[in-house]
Amino acid sequence: MAATATPPWTPDQPLVRIRDVYKSFGDNVILGGISLDIMKGEVICVIGPSGAGKSTLLRCINALVPIDRGSILVENQEVHDPKLDKLALRRKVGMVFQQYNLFPHRTALQNIMMAPLHVLKRNRAEVETLARALMRKVRLEGKEDFYPGELSGGQQQRVAIARSLAMQPDVMLFDEVTAALDPETVKEVLNTILELAKEGMTCAIVTHEMGFAREIADQIYFTDRGVVIEHGPPAEFFTECKDPRTKQFLSQIL
Amino acid sequence: MIAVRDGTLPVLKPFRLAGTSPPALRLNARHGVLIVLALAIAVFIGDAQAQPGSATPSILETLFKWTPLLGQGFALDVAMSFLAMGIGTVAGVFVGLALLSLRTPTRGLAWVVTQIFRNSPWLVLLFYVMLLMPFELRIGGLTIPLPDWLKATFGLALPVMANVAEIVRGAVRSIPFGQWEACEALAFTRRQTMWMVILPQCVRRMTPPWMNLYAILVAGIPLTSVVGVSESMTLTGDILSSEGRNELLVPMYLYLLLWFFIYCYPIALATTALERRFQVR
Repeated sequence: MAATATPPWTPDQPLVRIRDVYKSFGDNVILGGISLDIMKGEVICVIGPSGAGKSTLLRCINALVPIDRGSILVENQEVHDPKLDKLALRRKVGMVFQQYNLFPHRTALQNIMMAPLHVLKRNRAEVETLARALMRKVRLEGKEDFYPGELSGGQQQRVAIARSLAMQPDVMLFDEVTAALDPETVKEVLNTILELAKEGMTCAIVTHEMGFAREIADQIYFTDRGVVIEHGPPAEFFTECKDPRTKQFLSQIL
Repeated sequence: MIAVRDGTLPVLKPFRLAGTSPPALRLNARHGVLIVLALAIAVFIGDAQAQPGSATPSILETLFKWTPLLGQGFALDVAMSFLAMGIGTVAGVFVGLALLSLRTPTRGLAWVVTQIFRNSPWLVLLFYVMLLMPFELRIGGLTIPLPDWLKATFGLALPVMANVAEIVRGAVRSIPFGQWEACEALAFTRRQTMWMVILPQCVRRMTPPWMNLYAILVAGIPLTSVVGVSESMTLTGDILSSEGRNELLVPMYLYLLLWFFIYCYPIALATTALERRFQVR
């Protein structure tokens, strides 16, 4: 990788530093100057009403969506930079989607192996060992040779998590990963994420599962219309929120 | 909330617009056999009407006599169709990918090529290729002859290419956007995404229209008789002029039609069967 002018990142700095980020689609303002920090090992949950720009925010972090204005630093690397090496950034940032987006023509194991094999060009035997270990980690041992269509939604989502982990990212983004799931399979996916967080993985989670957010988050951010209204650790956030919009949202959802 | 209880991804199910269900009147295998039978009976009746006791051999005997020659011609038809389809498919995949290119000039050029070859009469393209291609190629000291049938095959490969390009473009467009997004998030390059994730998923979707195109191509191969390729259609004409019997005209062409029908019909059946299978799953 080409040497960059930015100073090397040290763990005392935010792993992800978002400052005054603006993003519009046409006249539709999605992000209106949003700022937040994610430290290494920290788990943040972003909550808020639909259309608050939560998913867009996550997509901006790994440059799936370009931002209009502001700054996003991932390990001191500016994402809002036309010369950005997007592929290098995306190796550091894993993402899991609401619709899993597994590759239907490949088995669960192959889904996990593809990126390390073809993007990181790692040795096949090594990658297969890693992939099998990840299948165990997400409690899907024995399902290695199943195609996504043969797995339940919750199982598919856990394969998607394993697939993302196979790139050994520094931070994981979860975009409403249980929103498309049946209630009974939600828990198995949330447990997987919880275990991951306990191991020290840095996570940014967009979710509507308040109980889960309360349990897992170090910081909860309430966003509306593209800005952070307020934030705080879950214990305080849920009991002592001050803004009327936060109160209204929580009263509707809890 | 979308039901995922059956373990299938709703997103990946083939999308079908309401009201596009196939028409109520459907042809099936039985109809095909009936058509073949009707043709055979027509030939037989024609045969029965031939004057009995005359020295000239009966129509059926004549057809039988010329069958080996006709078979040779038909073999050339099949060979040309394979070659034209092969060349057209490979070229078409690349033109189709160019249609999806992010670079405007590439996309524009591919669009022009596709439109020209898709919207021109095959016969006109055939004439152009016959006129524009030399009868032999000289590369250094090596001379490669280009016989008429090969030139004609190239001519027919052009519309095949344009149609395959459209099939590829349509199939790639039909893959859910989430697949692209997932690949991007995993740091795949656009090329890797296309060749490893998108195109393999397109094969299923492309197979029925591709087979359909092949059946249309086979039916179009006798066009090459107009530019003098001695395939089955040309040979049928030769046979008729050498026999010089007017009553042979209808049965002979019917017989040729049967050859094509028997070759193309199973392809049409398989296409329908595949289409149905991909729709249900």
